[in-house]
Amino acid sequence: MNVRKSSFWHNLKQSKYLYLMSLPFVAWVFVFSYLPLWGWTMAFQKYKPAKSFFEQDWVGFYYFKELFHDDMFIQVLRNTIAMSVMGLIAGFTIPIIFAILLNELRQQLFKRFVQTISYLPHFVSWIVAAGIVTKMLSTDNGAVNELLLSLHIINEPIQFMAKGNLFWGIVTASDVWKETGWNTIIYLAAIAGIGPELYEAARVDGASRLQQVWHITLPGIRSTIIILIIISIGHLISIGFEKQFLLGNNLVRDYSQTLDLYALNYGLGTGRYSFGTAINIFNSVVSVFLLFTANGIFKKITKESII
Amino acid sequence: MRARSLSGSGTPWSDRIFDVVVYVAVIFVTICTLYPFLNVLALSLNDSTDSVRGGITIFPREFTLKNYSTIFAFSGLITGLKISILRTIVGTLLGLLSASMLAFTLSRVDFQGRKFVSTFLALTMYVSGGLIPFYVLIKDLHMMGTFAVYVLPGLVSAFNVFVIRSFIDGIPYALQESAKLDGANDFTIYWRVILPLTKPALATIALFLAVGQWNSWFDTYLYNGSKDHLTTLQYELMKVIQSTTTNVDNFRGRNMVEVMAQISPESVKMAITIIVTVPILIVYPFLQRYFVKGMTLGAVKS
Repeated sequence: MNVRKSSFWHNLKQSKYLYLMSLPFVAWVFVFSYLPLWGWTMAFQKYKPAKSFFEQDWVGFYYFKELFHDDMFIQVLRNTIAMSVMGLIAGFTIPIIFAILLNELRQQLFKRFVQTISYLPHFVSWIVAAGIVTKMLSTDNGAVNELLLSLHIINEPIQFMAKGNLFWGIVTASDVWKETGWNTIIYLAAIAGIGPELYEAARVDGASRLQQVWHITLPGIRSTIIILIIISIGHLISIGFEKQFLLGNNLVRDYSQTLDLYALNYGLGTGRYSFGTAINIFNSVVSVFLLFTANGIFKKITKESII
Repeated sequence: MRARSLSGSGTPWSDRIFDVVVYVAVIFVTICTLYPFLNVLALSLNDSTDSVRGGITIFPREFTLKNYSTIFAFSGLITGLKISILRTIVGTLLGLLSASMLAFTLSRVDFQGRKFVSTFLALTMYVSGGLIPFYVLIKDLHMMGTFAVYVLPGLVSAFNVFVIRSFIDGIPYALQESAKLDGANDFTIYWRVILPLTKPALATIALFLAVGQWNSWFDTYLYNGSKDHLTTLQYELMKVIQSTTTNVDNFRGRNMVEVMAQISPESVKMAITIIVTVPILIVYPFLQRYFVKGMTLGAVKS
């Protein structure tokens, strides 16, 4: 015991700089990432900011019951899942297709140019992106309406931003516009890892380029796709609120409100912290559940795990 | 690079059609990506009363710099610019320092706290307290209405730490050992040996941090919305953009609207959008090879 203890102190002294360099940041993470979890207690109290923790009234699951009986909750959950699933499908298929297209380009200089352009929207803020999308879709001189009018597909401009049933599509399309180029990076890296001898052999066998894509490129990036899908499923209901906040307006509120936006508007906006926290907890718990479920299924299929 | 049969005669017609489809699709995507930016640029440089007539595509019809000179006369924009630059510099430096230090300690096999720190960090990627508890925490820490709220809460990012760590893992350990034999302590090893060798990874992370800082607006909206001296460029842009959409309930702007009354709000929006975007445009293409590598590295590890 004595020996072990002294070796512990010895080690502590030996790596004192390592402790000094990490522990302050660990404390930091504790404050800003773990202390908010302590804030979850608010959901079980009738939280009043002026009172201390011990003076709060405990109400059990009262706010959760209220949340689940709220008509708006169902609507918000529907919006969240709809936009999430649409984003998941579009956000996977389109970057994969674009990565394959890029990979098939023969001029390297042109490929480099296209890639650089395609990363640009990723780096601008959602405020800029939302401003651009609103401008492009606007009824006075918006590019999309002008194009559709000049092609005689429509006779008068469509009020894109005022139609609730178009909102999910607009959010999904904006996301595709902003992130497709960026999301190809990982697939292009995976494609680059496929052995050239496979393509060589396929060519000898007389496979066309399309057949090569189907039988070599796609199977070659299969595991990358699966891993990324698992990660995305974990984030399925935490799609945030940024896009919806910036692109939405009162006219489309029934379609634009997500869980986080709901917590922001009805929790913070009206000072109902306990109710808002209950929404946040619901969100986090479902996310973790989804992540573990997805990981479990993934483990069964591939004998690999990401956690 | 794969050598393909480039001569036309040997290529089957199906492959030629394939090539045409590929090029048409890629060019279409490139136009869709680039056109909105060029359109906004043209509108920002066009006379605002002329713009209302419509028909501006990628070239200004009546060139003017008046839109820009008008918005620069607005003091909120100058303050916003200052604060945005300041938070980008401070936030990036602090973020780099914390991520690289933590990454260094985590890469050391002889560090006993390694497992604990690593798990402690990794968990933050999966569980978060949520918006409201975080807001209450910031309030309880008396960080509302301060500059600190821009740079301190997001100081440590687990993702950044793991990206840098996987890079450090690739540096031969013998370098650290020989430095140790020369009597260097762990901090000196970090500062003199590891940091200079980690530059490519640091460049990637610096870009991510800087872009994140430059682009953030929600912290300003939430914590400093009423503090005019702490406003950011993105927040000013948000106020202008939201003011003319129907989202009036979120609108808290004041002076900018009066400025906008003088010239068409559309042109003002376009000019600010360009001002906010230009710094990013200048930086990211030069760091492209670094962040492509960094992204790949980070994704493989996580």
